[in-house]
Amino acid sequence: MTDTIKSDGAAWDPEEHARNAATRSAALADVPLASPAPRGGIRGVLEHRYLLTLLVKREVTARYTGSFLGMVWSYITPLTQFFMYIFIFALLLGRGKAIEHFAIHVFAALMVVTLFTETIQAGTRSITRNSSLLQKSAMPREMFPVASLLVSIYHLWPEFVILAIALVYTGWSPDLTAVAAGVLGYAVIIVFSLALGLMLSVSQVFLRDTSQMVNVINNFIRFGVPMMYPYSLVASRFHGHTDLYLANPIADAVLLVQRCFWVPTTSDQQETIALHMPDHLFTRGLIALAAALVLLVVAQKVFARFENKIPERL
Amino acid sequence: MSDSIIVENVSKRFTKHYHRTLKQVTVAMARRQPVTNTFLALDDVSFRVQQGEAIGLMGLNGSGKSTLLKLVQGVMHPDAGSVRTRGRISGLIATGAGFHPQLTGRENIYLNAAILGMSEAETKRKFDAITDFAALDDFLDSPVGHYSSGMYARLGFAIAIHVDADIFLADEALSVGDKPFKVKCMAKLKEIRESGVTIFYVSHAAGSVRRICNRVLVLEKGVLGFDGDVDAGIKYVKYDDDSEGTDDELGSEV
Repeated sequence: MTDTIKSDGAAWDPEEHARNAATRSAALADVPLASPAPRGGIRGVLEHRYLLTLLVKREVTARYTGSFLGMVWSYITPLTQFFMYIFIFALLLGRGKAIEHFAIHVFAALMVVTLFTETIQAGTRSITRNSSLLQKSAMPREMFPVASLLVSIYHLWPEFVILAIALVYTGWSPDLTAVAAGVLGYAVIIVFSLALGLMLSVSQVFLRDTSQMVNVINNFIRFGVPMMYPYSLVASRFHGHTDLYLANPIADAVLLVQRCFWVPTTSDQQETIALHMPDHLFTRGLIALAAALVLLVVAQKVFARFENKIPERL
Repeated sequence: MSDSIIVENVSKRFTKHYHRTLKQVTVAMARRQPVTNTFLALDDVSFRVQQGEAIGLMGLNGSGKSTLLKLVQGVMHPDAGSVRTRGRISGLIATGAGFHPQLTGRENIYLNAAILGMSEAETKRKFDAITDFAALDDFLDSPVGHYSSGMYARLGFAIAIHVDADIFLADEALSVGDKPFKVKCMAKLKEIRESGVTIFYVSHAAGSVRRICNRVLVLEKGVLGFDGDVDAGIKYVKYDDDSEGTDDELGSEV
């Protein structure tokens, strides 16, 4: 090592430096030489939990800071949407008059649909939006689609508060089956939207048309689930072909969440289930969950396959 | 002394896309023009760095310096060969990365520190040192969007320089802020160097490379053209024939 001493005061103390370097070197003796790139995948993300919480916090606070009403907006947005659906479908078109607590039927479905559409919409753009950060910092890039999911989940709370008020008012009396249906329904939608979010985020890097495509698909989703119409309508119109309708994991998730929140508010639960719920609801839900988990594994593989090329395409 | 960075036969190929839209691609294909082309940003680069060495990475624009730095940092993976490092990597490479203009200085310190790999406890421990260094005064709880550009840069710099690292990377001219701040930065950098941290510094400024480094690598169009003594390296990239005035200016930058 050729340490030079400069006259301008930027003096090396070669001996001290060599001593310090040796100390540091000894301290690192047990640390193996390894690739500096962080471990990817959901596992890699979980190793960076602290950073993940801060990224989610940044998204949530940044969305409302500066606005006068702040977090109140997270209540106003779902409420206005809810009233719009009720106005058009229940009051204007007279739909759902025959259905008890149709409002809860709509709102429970709306919560699932919003969670899904928000996650994949934000998830799709998550990597391109954070491009400057991604090009400068070595962190698992799966972090950003995962953060998008967590932000959407965070925004469920205001909706739960609104729903809880309605449930208290209507006398919600759930049994264990209802609770299990709710948990299963949310598991399906969370795993499914995360898997899609991962794939779409990397797709958006290479093909900026992805986000436009996602917008188009999101427009269809609210019509493809029993939200503004009861499932009984599908069963009677598409008699014999309902399997196709129920192959949509979002529809399964919506039905499971309605089984949790809406069915226990009706006066004759058995009759509601017989009339408005498909048969083998839990089996379908479990199959959807298994399929979503397989898709998540595939999504991680796809992500890892293309991740290497992300920095140069941002 | 143990190895700190080992780069073995590293190559990195980038793809140049001439056309992006459907229209452009169709037209180009009809005219039989190439749609994409690849080039080697790094071609079979190998070197070893020992703990405590201060490397200056030099070369003309487009010679692959930043790509090499990103490979050592772990932002990119090599297409061929391997990069291995020992210990924690930090540096003046992601200063201010992830700063959100609507969040306060305080919130951004925690976020940026986490991006640089600091834990919550570590950030809390160094929080006062960081704010003192950045000299934010009473702006700590204002949104960073309201900061002057100097304050913004100083805050990013202050966080980055307080990360305990074994390998310190720098890809920015140390020209942040006013003169007193520059002096403070230089002193801090010397402290880091003296403490036996490996330094990997990308620069065009011969003056600051001379002050900081004790070994120079020169990249030429992706190939490692020179590896050795500082003065010889600076001569190799022909930065030494700059007039003394230029060199002094660069020197006064830091």
